[in-house]
Amino acid sequence: MRFMTSIRAFRRNGALALAGALLGGGPALAQEPIRIGSFLSVTGPAAFLGDPEQKTLEMVIERINAEGGLLGRKLQLVAYDDAGDAEKARTFAKRLLEQDKVDVIVGGSTTGTTMAAVALVEAAGTPFISLAGAVVIIEPVKKWVFKTPHTDRMACEKIFVDLQARKLGKVALISGSGGFDKSMRGECLKVAPKYGIEITADETYGAADTDMTAQLTKIRASGAQAVLNAGFGQGPAIVTRNYQQVGLTLPLYQSHGVASKEYVKLSGPAAEGVRLPAAALLVPDLLPGNDPQKPVVTAYKRDYEARFKTDVSTFGGHAYDGLMLVVNAIKRTGSTDKAKLRDAIEATRGYVGTGGVVNMSASDHLGLDLSAFVMLEVKDGNWAMVK
Amino acid sequence: MAQAAATVFRGLSGLRQWAAHPRTGGMLALAAVIALLPLALSNNYFYEIAILVALNAIVCVGLNLLIGYAGQISLGHAGFFALGGYGSAIPSASHGWPPWLALPMSCALVGLLAYIVGRPTLRLKGHTLAMATLGLGIIISIVLSTEDRITGGPDGMAVPALALFGKVIRGESTWYWICGAALLLSVWLALNLIESPTGRALRALHGSEIAAETLGIDSARFKLQVFVISAVFAAIAGALTAHYAGFITPAKASFMHSVELVIMVVFGGMASIFGAVVGAVVLTTLPQMLTALKDYEMMVFGAVLIATMVFFPQGIVPTLGRRLGWGGK
Amino acid sequence: MHSQWLQYVASGLTVGAIYALVALGFSIIFNASGAINFAQGEFVMIGGMSAVTLVGAGLPLAAALPLAILAAVMVGLLLEKLAIEPARHADTVTLIIITIGASLLLRGIAQVLWDKRVHSLPAFSGDAPLRFMGATVLPQSLWVLGGAALAVAALSWFFGRTLFGKAMLATSYNPLAARLVGINTRAVLFASFGLAAMLGGLGGVLIAPIAFTSYDAGIMLGLKGFAAAMLGGLGSFSGAVLGGLLLGLAEGLGAGFVSSAYKDAIAFVIILGVLFFLPRGLLGAGRSDRV
Repeated sequence: MRFMTSIRAFRRNGALALAGALLGGGPALAQEPIRIGSFLSVTGPAAFLGDPEQKTLEMVIERINAEGGLLGRKLQLVAYDDAGDAEKARTFAKRLLEQDKVDVIVGGSTTGTTMAAVALVEAAGTPFISLAGAVVIIEPVKKWVFKTPHTDRMACEKIFVDLQARKLGKVALISGSGGFDKSMRGECLKVAPKYGIEITADETYGAADTDMTAQLTKIRASGAQAVLNAGFGQGPAIVTRNYQQVGLTLPLYQSHGVASKEYVKLSGPAAEGVRLPAAALLVPDLLPGNDPQKPVVTAYKRDYEARFKTDVSTFGGHAYDGLMLVVNAIKRTGSTDKAKLRDAIEATRGYVGTGGVVNMSASDHLGLDLSAFVMLEVKDGNWAMVK
Repeated sequence: MAQAAATVFRGLSGLRQWAAHPRTGGMLALAAVIALLPLALSNNYFYEIAILVALNAIVCVGLNLLIGYAGQISLGHAGFFALGGYGSAIPSASHGWPPWLALPMSCALVGLLAYIVGRPTLRLKGHTLAMATLGLGIIISIVLSTEDRITGGPDGMAVPALALFGKVIRGESTWYWICGAALLLSVWLALNLIESPTGRALRALHGSEIAAETLGIDSARFKLQVFVISAVFAAIAGALTAHYAGFITPAKASFMHSVELVIMVVFGGMASIFGAVVGAVVLTTLPQMLTALKDYEMMVFGAVLIATMVFFPQGIVPTLGRRLGWGGK
Repeated sequence: MHSQWLQYVASGLTVGAIYALVALGFSIIFNASGAINFAQGEFVMIGGMSAVTLVGAGLPLAAALPLAILAAVMVGLLLEKLAIEPARHADTVTLIIITIGASLLLRGIAQVLWDKRVHSLPAFSGDAPLRFMGATVLPQSLWVLGGAALAVAALSWFFGRTLFGKAMLATSYNPLAARLVGINTRAVLFASFGLAAMLGGLGGVLIAPIAFTSYDAGIMLGLKGFAAAMLGGLGSFSGAVLGGLLLGLAEGLGAGFVSSAYKDAIAFVIILGVLFFLPRGLLGAGRSDRV
């Protein structure tokens, strides 16, 4: 029996030692590095989000360190993969705060993983910039929580404004079963009356489903004048293909969750005419020369694509903005004191990022408005701006 | 159920003879580890891991009774875990029930559900039972994810903190003692069950169901008993997890979670209560240790799993026990 | 209205054929080892992802597809040799855990070898939908259905008419007796994994044009394929196809007539209902256990 006890104790101490070695990182630095913590969904159903986010954080931190770091100190990224699981995210957030003792957290690829960490960062008094979409993250405003991506409500509103302009009032909704989809669907249902939009159908599909013709058939019979697919991942591409297959010709809107070349490629010719709201990052060449975002997004797109040999992603852009907000705050306050950083982030005005121009305040921890979105349409397999 | 209660009381009265029982050694060792571990836990993150281990171990001890002793497989136990959590979360968050009331009510309800669902299901055998439990777990997870007005949908819902006797339970340290005590209690109950006539009937069942029935053992009743007990253990762990973490998501009912639980039980050792605990310890801490491997973590985890089951086909504790010459652990 | 439910049926049969191909693989390995191979979905994934890589490297479809299937077969055989054979005397539960570990291992390797994005293949005979009484079906779906039918026919011929196939069948009925008459049961187990992997790989290349593929595409497919195999009767080939088609139909009709949010739950309720009355599945052979 004592043997069992000592095995357990040894295992625990061994685990501590191993954990220390694995977590310790590189050789001891003369000055303490500035620790940026992150928990991202690099694998799992939200890998589409987390993978470019992690790549972006690594790329930018490397560049900053190569240029001499911040305040004479190097930046150190401590990143964990929560695989889209909220409880894992919570455990990693705790690890970042308690064990790794990070100065600030930029992470939380999904709303679920973000919300799991909110209570922890509030209790620990550590600034947390979320990379997730739902409006619930910043509404009601939480002292230590900020976010960079446009909210799903904003996406709905941008689409509804466009529908109004096209005099289309009856809309059918189709969405997936994941958190992003459901949250956006909920927001669209809520704000539809404000824009005079009537929702004629509300269909859903599973995240891994391969055929949505049944749902689209029901939608066709519902009298809709346009269809809104509040979705993310591979579902919308299949919806788009099935859309063409069943012969639907109504205007189709997608969400900002599929604002990517990949969606266009997967959907093939069926994507022609599809509209979606997106960050200016997707179309740097289409921006007018005096657009303040143009230099920022052009540079980021060029660097990312050169380094990783793959299309730039708006989600990576959100991570870029999150990190730059922190970097600018550190520069402005000249310290890594958590309370000072928080105040500095909240005081961000006129930060030009990949997602738009950010103006935060005590009541607005996002800082973007509808103009931060551009409405894009797929033309000849490429993006075109809708005026 | 009355049978099990009588069993417990009989165990209580035989406490004196119990002290000399070989199994008591294991209980004492576990109690000692739980009592002394905080000396090695230097911050809240380590406490959190210890708490998660304890909660997983509670589920595994119950599941081990089902898989290891009764020989029935369940690929849907995460469903009971999640229902225990939501069953406590929804009344206390949305209807103002005090958590100390909602929690036991939830576990009792899950037990009832397991009873109702178990009666037809446990007549099935082998892979059919696996499929039935798998299907049940998936149905539960779909319902939890879809009924978002009640459950908060795929992103889950917030759960109020537990309060006992007016004091709100906060802090990893307090939770550690609660979960440690709960673990000790579940191990004690499980050991008691195995020593009882129910336990002996189970072992006969596992050996050969038909032979046991010819001896007059009502296999359906005993299987159902263990099924319900293991479901209640899972529900208790689920409810505690929900109140500890402050939120719960439908992912807790997922097939992957059920699979994780089965892996912990089989890995640690079937028909071994302490094996179940060891399984929970290793498989909860291993992913934390493998994080440095980043993209290679899944691969390494899979390889470790394969290698362990190939070299320790009975699970770690029984195989190690046999190699080291311990009897009947 | 008429065209509506016909579209639900077409939708259901399309996914059903996919499930059928995966289910066939489960049945083969169950026949040979009595275990459920939770890595079956990964064989499908490997077939699809390999084909995507080969086509991306410039190979024509006609060359890429058989090579991709071959890749899946190699993986299946390797898996059997390294992970299953050393543990062939272990409990069924242990074998199941090993295959779960294998599925994690394969997914982990896929993640590193390829990437985490979603990929597609060009359709074999174009994208123009075929219209039939108001319902539409993609030509690729017919390829999938045809592939499943061909697989069943080939398997029946193999198990019914060739010596090795009959040896494999004999092993599934009674391994001890098979060994006593000189059948190399280890070779049978080896071959069955290769065969199941071949079917999986075939499924993977057939469905990639309509269902896409990615490093974790195997999870859901494996799950639904298992459910389909159980519904039809684990161990029966026509049962696997029937189970797959019925599962797909249940989903399609459930989505169309009841609720698209609950279609998976409806399908599982139906499966459970069937299993309560027919525990061996619809076409599963009644097995007697020795006391």
